[in-house]
Amino acid sequence: MRVRLWGTRGSVATPGADTARYGGNTSCVEVRGPNGTVLVLDAGTGIRPLGGTLGRGVQRVDVVLTHLHMDHIQGLGFFDPLYDPDVETHLWGPASTTLDLRGRLLRYLSPPLFPVHLRELRRLVLHDLPAGEFDIGEFKVAADRVCHPGFTVGYRIAAGGVTLAYLPDHEPALGVPSFPMREDWTSGYGLARDVDLLLHDAQYSLGEYADHVGWGHTALEHALAFARLARVKHLVTFHHDPAHDDDELDRLTAEATAAVRVPCAVTMGAEGTVFELG
Amino acid sequence: MPQKPIELILMRQLASSLAMPIFLVDADGALAFYNEPAERVLGVRFEETGEMPAAEWSTLWDPTDLAGRPLAPEQVPLMIAVTKRKPVHVELWIRGLDGARRHIEATALPLMRLTDQVVGAVVIFWEATR
Repeated sequence: MRVRLWGTRGSVATPGADTARYGGNTSCVEVRGPNGTVLVLDAGTGIRPLGGTLGRGVQRVDVVLTHLHMDHIQGLGFFDPLYDPDVETHLWGPASTTLDLRGRLLRYLSPPLFPVHLRELRRLVLHDLPAGEFDIGEFKVAADRVCHPGFTVGYRIAAGGVTLAYLPDHEPALGVPSFPMREDWTSGYGLARDVDLLLHDAQYSLGEYADHVGWGHTALEHALAFARLARVKHLVTFHHDPAHDDDELDRLTAEATAAVRVPCAVTMGAEGTVFELG
Repeated sequence: MPQKPIELILMRQLASSLAMPIFLVDADGALAFYNEPAERVLGVRFEETGEMPAAEWSTLWDPTDLAGRPLAPEQVPLMIAVTKRKPVHVELWIRGLDGARRHIEATALPLMRLTDQVVGAVVIFWEATR
């Protein structure tokens, strides 16, 4: 399994010299399976440059959305394969209690917010996320609701004996007096337990989190504690706060990793980073 | 140990923050959690009882109707909510594990998720004499 980060920024794109090392594009991750299946996690602004690299040999792309906040779908309309008659794009995402994925996406992919209407994308196939595990090519994909405002899921993806978990927007510490709680009472644990690679929300410092409880995101220290609880082998911090430039990210991460010791590797999510699993 | 459904986790977190007695069961009706205000009415701390199957907790507090007739497990408000998937409000008597008999009112609600699946139920209760 090959995992490439195309966008690691949270909330809003933050281009500029101060964010060049970790990147300013919002959430998007490319996952390639051993048999060539192309799976894309979220459609933040990072999906635009990804779309330009897929090449002519690709006939199908599957994009799975964690939720429909703008920073996770804003790049969708700029994803080249949607306009390529030779490529079929399958888009998977959570329905709400009243609207299916199509109804929810239409609020963005239609005028006046976007010039192209969803129905004009002839080779786009929409799927409401099914309950339980499902297959996308050689990937076994499991989605489950996690603690974040709105209908938000995280993913657990397995292929070739390795496992990846993706929880870019997640607040497992919400309402928890002393984080973490026991495993079975911790949001996201079922998705992340024992994975080879965990991409996890790490938006705030602990001090910042105190002022943002309920916003749906995680303090770096909590991300580390969550990774330890779930016994992950490698944690990649993700969904960086747009107010944190590269130097600030370095400083906050150094402080957090000094305060919370974990038995796994920790890498700060940076655009362009590639992880080879298995 | 499998993770509990997110709806149950969030309900526990909410219950932990509220001053009303709240008691939470999973989809099988097993006791999952009750909060500190509930501990005062039930006469025992949650840490002392822990989680337990429905058959055990549903008779632990010796519930009776207002006429003093024992309530069968399936007549307990939480079990009605979780098995019949509907809200219910009843008055009943219980005996706290501190020995005190208490007249309570209880409103139980099923916790349904998007796929129309019951993931548990919650009851909010209070002493009727207050």
